[in-house]
Amino acid sequence: MTQVLEIDRLKKGFSLHHLDKDIPAFEDVSFSVAAGEFVLLKGANGAGKSTLLRTLYRSYLPLAGEIRFHSSHGVIDLARAADVDVAHLRRTEIGFVTQFLTARPRVRAEAIVAEPLRLAGWEPEAALDAARKALATFGVKPDLWAAYPTTFSGGEQQKVNLARALILPQKLLMLDEPTASLDANARRALVARLKELKDQGTAMIGVFHHPDDVMHLIDRIVDLTPDAVPQEERDDVAL
Amino acid sequence: MTLTLDAPRIVETRPLLEVHGVSKSYGTVQAVRNVSAHAYPGEVLGIVGESGSGKSTLLRMMNLEEIPETGSYTLDLPDVSGNLFELDRFARRMLCATKIGIVYQNPHLGLLMKHSSSGNVAERLLVAGERSFATLRQAATEALEASEFPLDRLDAPPIELSGGMQQRVQLAKAIALEPALLLLDEPTTGLDVSVQALVLDTLKRLQQDRQITMVIVSHDLGVIRTLADRVMVMRRGEVVETGLADQIFQDPQHPYTQQLVHAKL
Ligand SMILES: Nc1ncnc2c1ncn2[C@@H]1O[C@H](COP(=O)(O)OP(=O)(O)O)[C@@H](O)[C@H]1O
Ligand SMILES: Nc1ncnc2c1ncn2[C@@H]1O[C@H](COP(=O)(O)OP(=O)(O)O)[C@@H](O)[C@H]1O
Ligand SMILES: [Mg+2]
Ligand SMILES: [Mg+2]
Repeated sequence: MTQVLEIDRLKKGFSLHHLDKDIPAFEDVSFSVAAGEFVLLKGANGAGKSTLLRTLYRSYLPLAGEIRFHSSHGVIDLARAADVDVAHLRRTEIGFVTQFLTARPRVRAEAIVAEPLRLAGWEPEAALDAARKALATFGVKPDLWAAYPTTFSGGEQQKVNLARALILPQKLLMLDEPTASLDANARRALVARLKELKDQGTAMIGVFHHPDDVMHLIDRIVDLTPDAVPQEERDDVAL
Repeated sequence: MTLTLDAPRIVETRPLLEVHGVSKSYGTVQAVRNVSAHAYPGEVLGIVGESGSGKSTLLRMMNLEEIPETGSYTLDLPDVSGNLFELDRFARRMLCATKIGIVYQNPHLGLLMKHSSSGNVAERLLVAGERSFATLRQAATEALEASEFPLDRLDAPPIELSGGMQQRVQLAKAIALEPALLLLDEPTTGLDVSVQALVLDTLKRLQQDRQITMVIVSHDLGVIRTLADRVMVMRRGEVVETGLADQIFQDPQHPYTQQLVHAKL
């Protein structure tokens, strides 16, 4: 199997200076994800699932350990990679889906979704076509495609967000509870798209509010609950 | 303690702008102390910090209005080389006119308040050597349009315009020559919140359409958060922290940055 990510003794905590307090989040987290593998993160509220994903994306700075990412430019340790390198990888190889859309005023839904394709060098018309298809797949009504999502409902915004985040297949994709606030149809569309990406070789690490939705995609479960068995193969696990 | 970051390994282009070890004092006040900064092509560098932390002084150095006591400044552009602080007055002026655009918080610093708005923008082109009236008018109109300035007010002097419109004229003047570098010093400070959002939106749009390298200075974290890819935090003339914008806002490391971010939340 082609490795995509090797996480090695990763540690994260927060030093809140004004409270003179250190908040540990996790330490000694080690696991790998290969191309086409889907790893489910689990653990109680506050176990550090979001923190781990944000640390891998480098929105948070790790305290120790390595995050070896097998990029198309070779292996790079995301724990120590320069900011510009991280920014570049975020545009090209590493995706992150959250619950929230950062809608920008006066940017149409279809343009928001097309943007990753445009940045990857697609022609404007081809990018817009693909964007409209993606919006349709997630159940966004055609009369909303050219509208500004700033005024959309939470559910509609989340569909635009997902269409955008999943339009360009990436090497590594992280998902933090992407199904929150989605209706059943959009949830099905999401799972279908994740299956497609998995088959195309995207490595995925995700936190899901309803893991049942993605049951059939899961290869491995990593439990962040302190003192839990750190990794379980999918076959031995009853969810 | 966090880890020390490596030098870039994937991105091989050089930064467009590099400032190294600059210091500047006014009498007994050390406004800027041994500061280094860089911005990659197409990147937006945000500089944040409380009033008096040296942000404007640093930006004036980048616009070659202020020459520091120590340090160097390079722009990676064709026909531009060496430490720009060593250029003579004339070469500096020419470089600024053709490669760098600036928008000040105070429109009086950037505009002739009683000349027409289109004239203010055209003046920039005149300095760079354009002489044909039709070309001047055309280029000025295009720049004003790109800045989302209402074209029925082309001939109005800035003094008769609202604060938001004055900033759009400054912006048009700054981008008229398609500069490689756009410097913005508190471009929305003092504007009404709703007007501020519109001006920020115009800036965001320009950045996306044209991929201009920008350095934006503000004491307002919201402004920096909206625009910047990377953020540098200044305090008392020194850089206390730099990082990717989302990291600075979500996981600030320095006590001062934590205080800034928490005060805002
Ligand atoms: N930006 C942050 N600053 C300080 N503490 C944080 C931050 N993000 C998360 N934490 C803390 O880290 C711990 C793990 O939180 P989180 O990763 O959100 O858990 P989960 O996603 O598993 O519910 C919590 O104690 C939380 O308060
Ligand atoms: N032309 C000047 N003459 C004297 N003191 C100055 C001058 N410009 C700036 N200063 C001082 O230098 C310090 C930094 O100022 P400035 O760069 O304007 O900070 P900021 O833009 O962060 O508010 C302040 O103490 C300010 O009073
Ligand atoms: Mg969470
Ligand atoms: Mg200032």
